[in-house]
Amino acid sequence: MIEAKGLTKRYGAKCAVEDLTFTVRPGVVTGFLGPNGAGKSTTMRMMLGLDRPTRGSVTVNGKPYAAHRTPLREVGALLDARAVHPARSPYHHLLALAQSNGLPRARVLDVIETVGLADIAKRRAGRFSLGMEQRLGIATALLGDPHTLILDEPLNGLDTEGIRWVRGLLRDLAARGRTVFVSSHLMTEMALTADHVVVIGKGRLVADTSLASLVADSGHSSLEDAFVDLTSPAVEFPSPTRNGSHR
Amino acid sequence: MSVMRAELTKFRSVSSTAWSLLSALALIIGFGILYAMVRVTRPPADPTGFDAVSVSLSGVQVAQLAVGVLGVLMITNEYTSGLIRTTFAAVPRRSRVLRGKAAVLSVAIFTLCLPAVFGAFLTGQSVLSAEHLDVSLGEPGVARAVIGAALYLTVVAVIGLGLGAVLRRTAGGVAAVIGILFGPQMLAGFLPAGPADDIYPWLPSPAGLAITSTRPDSTLLSPWAGFAVFVLYAAGLLAVAAWRLRRSDA
Repeated sequence: MIEAKGLTKRYGAKCAVEDLTFTVRPGVVTGFLGPNGAGKSTTMRMMLGLDRPTRGSVTVNGKPYAAHRTPLREVGALLDARAVHPARSPYHHLLALAQSNGLPRARVLDVIETVGLADIAKRRAGRFSLGMEQRLGIATALLGDPHTLILDEPLNGLDTEGIRWVRGLLRDLAARGRTVFVSSHLMTEMALTADHVVVIGKGRLVADTSLASLVADSGHSSLEDAFVDLTSPAVEFPSPTRNGSHR
Repeated sequence: MSVMRAELTKFRSVSSTAWSLLSALALIIGFGILYAMVRVTRPPADPTGFDAVSVSLSGVQVAQLAVGVLGVLMITNEYTSGLIRTTFAAVPRRSRVLRGKAAVLSVAIFTLCLPAVFGAFLTGQSVLSAEHLDVSLGEPGVARAVIGAALYLTVVAVIGLGLGAVLRRTAGGVAAVIGILFGPQMLAGFLPAGPADDIYPWLPSPAGLAITSTRPDSTLLSPWAGFAVFVLYAAGLLAVAAWRLRRSDA
């Protein structure tokens, strides 16, 4: 369970996220949708206690993230699959994280097996393809067998088989009562994966509803059309020189 | 304790750690022998003024850059790759991460540099013995100076870590380590002689190196007082780093 209340983040005069209030419930896959630069990553960083909200609050499993003693057991996150030391192997990357939260070494081997990296677990991560990095990122998120998963664009760089695998994994986790919160800009993919959607545009909440009713209410036949309809008033198309990144 | 284990795993699992440490050891011993050989070929006219200990430990002056840079990299490489967010998500109390890194770094540097400085001292003295310029470990202050050299390098590494944590960039951190070790003495040189002499012993590197001195030197603090001042610089820097980690977005 993730609960955001009036969540707001400003960088100077620029408002990245404005007054977001929503609840992500267990047992379903919740898609977090929005155009590039809408504030999805900023919102997720605040959920993980990495960025401090300017106003408002967000709790995960009933507490602010930082109040959890061993957060990896509560929340698994994937923010940036490339966030690995290029000279470190997946095994040591995961082992260090496991040790920091008192997780057994066996968990490291488990998740390496789960994501299919066993053959290259001791190789330098710097030579990995984005698809392999994405698998390592998912392994990182699954490490503590958490109740809640927060995944930022986990499908980027995956091939068809990888996408199908992640979709199955997310649906399976939700079916087992976990909270699964996953951002994506791939509407067609979200239409197949998510049960519920939270849509933001320019940092504001645009929709918080079930996938079925979002599409039905919009009068369109697909999530993609409904999404474009919903967010186009809120979208500010960036000029080519000013990219969507806002770190 | 769990955070320390995690930091040790990270420290050990990248090859750049081994290369930095190896180059530090090679510099400590190599420079010590080299300089001792140079001094033997050109023996001093007045041997009473000859400082055999500092000659054999001259490699410390060079090796401090290698360990300082290792300290910087220990945290800036996490910012470069973005790994720092994963680290802080796993351990939200960020000062624990900094403490864990500092502990692993200090223990590693001290345990590796201690044999190296002893090696540099012993080989250096055996080279110097050709001209009977050598001293033994048993003479007053000599053992303290040799152990002190390893302690000095340990604190330099921690200063590197602190600067890396404050600046978050490898290039900036490396420049800052070089700046803090060598810059203040140069700046003090621009002052009039009176104030320059008053300030000099309190500057980071001269204060820290006092512990490696075996002869009475009016331009330095006493060995342990100087080292204490040096440790305070490092502690102050870590405090600033912890404050910045706590306050700012990762």
